[in-house]
Amino acid sequence: MGTHNHHHDYNFSEKFQFAGIGKILSLLGIAVGVIAIVIGLMSSDHIMVERTYANLLLMGYYFTCVCAAGAFFVALQIVTQSSWSAGLIRIPQAMSSILPIASIILLIIVGLGLYSHNLYHHWNADGITDPNSPNFDKLVAGKSSFLNVPGFLIRQIIFMGTYSIFAFILAKLSYKEDLEGGLNSYKKSFKLSAIFLVIFGFTTPIWSFDTVMSLEAHWFSTMFGWYNFAAMWVSGLAAITVIVVLVKKAGYLGWVNENHLHDLGKLMFGFSIFWAYVWFAQFILIWYANMPEETVYFYKRFEPEYKPWFWLNIILNFVAPLLLLVDRDTKRKGNIMLFVSILLLCGHWLDYYVMIMPGTVDMHRGFGYIEIGTALGFVGLFTFLVMNKLSKHPLGAKHHPLLDESLHHQL
Amino acid sequence: MSNTKYILGSFADPDEMMEGIDKLQANNISIYDCFTPMPIHGIEAKLGVKPSRLPIAAFIFGAIGTCLGFSLIYFTMSYDWPMNIGGKPSMPLPNFVPITFEVTILLCALGMVATFFYRNHLFPGRAPRVMDMRASDDRFILAVDASENANHELIDSLLKEAGAVEVKYNERKYVSYE
Repeated sequence: MGTHNHHHDYNFSEKFQFAGIGKILSLLGIAVGVIAIVIGLMSSDHIMVERTYANLLLMGYYFTCVCAAGAFFVALQIVTQSSWSAGLIRIPQAMSSILPIASIILLIIVGLGLYSHNLYHHWNADGITDPNSPNFDKLVAGKSSFLNVPGFLIRQIIFMGTYSIFAFILAKLSYKEDLEGGLNSYKKSFKLSAIFLVIFGFTTPIWSFDTVMSLEAHWFSTMFGWYNFAAMWVSGLAAITVIVVLVKKAGYLGWVNENHLHDLGKLMFGFSIFWAYVWFAQFILIWYANMPEETVYFYKRFEPEYKPWFWLNIILNFVAPLLLLVDRDTKRKGNIMLFVSILLLCGHWLDYYVMIMPGTVDMHRGFGYIEIGTALGFVGLFTFLVMNKLSKHPLGAKHHPLLDESLHHQL
Repeated sequence: MSNTKYILGSFADPDEMMEGIDKLQANNISIYDCFTPMPIHGIEAKLGVKPSRLPIAAFIFGAIGTCLGFSLIYFTMSYDWPMNIGGKPSMPLPNFVPITFEVTILLCALGMVATFFYRNHLFPGRAPRVMDMRASDDRFILAVDASENANHELIDSLLKEAGAVEVKYNERKYVSYE
């Protein structure tokens, strides 16, 4: 109100040109990743093969989570009728549009991992539920009505399939809005988003129980789902921020200014603290109760092999954003936000590393060409797919009913 | 009009008030303050208002809360009457986190409210400082210090030109004091 008399002549229909150094680097990343993964899988050392699988699961899960966070972001903005994000909504939309591809990649990874016994061997072994077998595991047998191969795969397909369908329809409605205008698309997406958020909220914890927590099938934590959701949401926000800042640096998105960046920064700051809160709640209850079936998880992570990384995780994902983003001015500067977002993306890679490695390769963990190569490969793939998607559609949702409010957003 | 302390331009429309600010600033007339019944985006930057120092107060109160919370739990749990609870060390730091955190938040929140009330003269029993009663109702008020800006006719005409419904010459700063 009050300052509506400026005249903006933004070209909301402009498209991102995906070419040059960005494209070359992302393709190079994919090539490096493929080479590292092939070398790892061809290795005669079975620990090396298992380590490659663990890394594939890590990056596949991370990739899917970031894309799912994009879909969650879009749905959340529509349901809350948020106006600040209307100008940059095409970026999370591009991320959510590639969720089907990410889901298929993760499905292939967990499928092959199950089949080759490189992943989930803790609960997926011959005779593990048979009392007469030497492999019999009473705890796993007790959980087998939930944790069995067909059930696991069906849940993976249903969960990721549902998220993908919603992400796809939401993006399609928004692109339709560009052509037709009017409120029809927005109203439809409002209903769909509300349904999606309920489904997403109830199923992501189960999805993370399956995909990550079942690597150590004896241990369980009801907090784990929220912990994973917090990690997913923070890393998704960090990815959105990185893309917004870089696309803006390339001379696009003229209508996105420091006020919108400030909001992204506040979300990242707040949810980094939420992540630490859930992390700490899970830790303190287990540490204080000191029951053997629960402490086994942290016992492994307190071995000298993991302990430095365990604590570095807290520094990167909680202390760093707390100190770097607490000030108003830092949230409004593109370069600082870019730095913090990249730091958080690396931090959550480490977070997933500490979640996944002790349950898979255990004491044979490493940090070498497989870890770096796989990470580069997936980062390249993500960049290539998202940027490619971004170049196909206009960067501004010109008929978004709240776009004008977004342009005047001020903090 | 030698006794005039403040000249108040009373606007019915925020856009017209913003125009009034532009006009006064273009003529190098300093604006003492501006009162509006609702927040107006971008007005701080226009008037050159310094950022609030409330966050500094919040930090100080929070830091006091951290020390207080930690001292409380350290004194009761580890110093005055150490107890063996579940075989934990006598100073189990992770257990201290929730209480230290809560006392930090409590003191920070209460301290901020108290600071805000103190600074704005809203403490119970204190007369509020209001320059124009209708600023909390339906009017947008621009206040100009009459002693700092000598050309009162120019101020009057600029305010009216921008659309002021009324221009007042107040001999007292705050009309809320009896």
